Amino acid sequence: MLIKLVEHIDLNEAYAYLQSPEAGAVNLFVGTVRNHSKGKDVVRLDFEAYDAMAIRQMEHIAHEAFSKWPLVKLAIVHAVGAKDPGIPVVVIGVSSAHRDASFEACRFLIDELKKTVPIWKKEFYEDNSVWVNAHP
Amino acid sequence: MKVLLFGITREITGQSRINIPEIAGINTVKALKDWLGQQYPALQSLSSMAVAVDSEYAQDEDALTPEQEIALIPPVSGG
Repeated sequence: MLIKLVEHIDLNEAYAYLQSPEAGAVNLFVGTVRNHSKGKDVVRLDFEAYDAMAIRQMEHIAHEAFSKWPLVKLAIVHAVGAKDPGIPVVVIGVSSAHRDASFEACRFLIDELKKTVPIWKKEFYEDNSVWVNAHP
Repeated sequence: MKVLLFGITREITGQSRINIPEIAGINTVKALKDWLGQQYPALQSLSSMAVAVDSEYAQDEDALTPEQEIALIPPVSGG
């Protein structure tokens, strides 16, 4: 498993890690910074992680994915720090013999990451900023 | 007992780490949440507030001891 927090996402590194002669499918999901949110222009995002726990929780969802699908390799890499619109901030990658497992596992991993991994995102607009999801 | 803070909880409290005096008598996750909510009422407006013990999510009834790494986990928003 390739699981880590980084300053800058390297998509080639993730892809290189996932490649395998056993795999007929490599699926990569890349989450990027969007320049708008709820009708407002976003100029920047800041990501903060509770590093040790984030790694631990990413390992949990990775093990869960391995138990649900016949996967060859798996990568979860998340960025921390200030990021501009268009920049990749998370890459979820899975390789498997056939494509269904890769698609399903990637979907599962990004959905679970958003629910359980302690990483926080602050959106900066021209005039103010807000921690995402903090309030009802 | 020390509690690590992140994101909005760090901004609400103005600290990245809170030292809770022994005299507060906190020995469960629930007691910690209640104490923090009283000290910093703005925490009560969060859409959720979890507590992690040694990098794992803890339940309200779980016991806490000063040797553990305890952290407050406001609503996550990675990805």
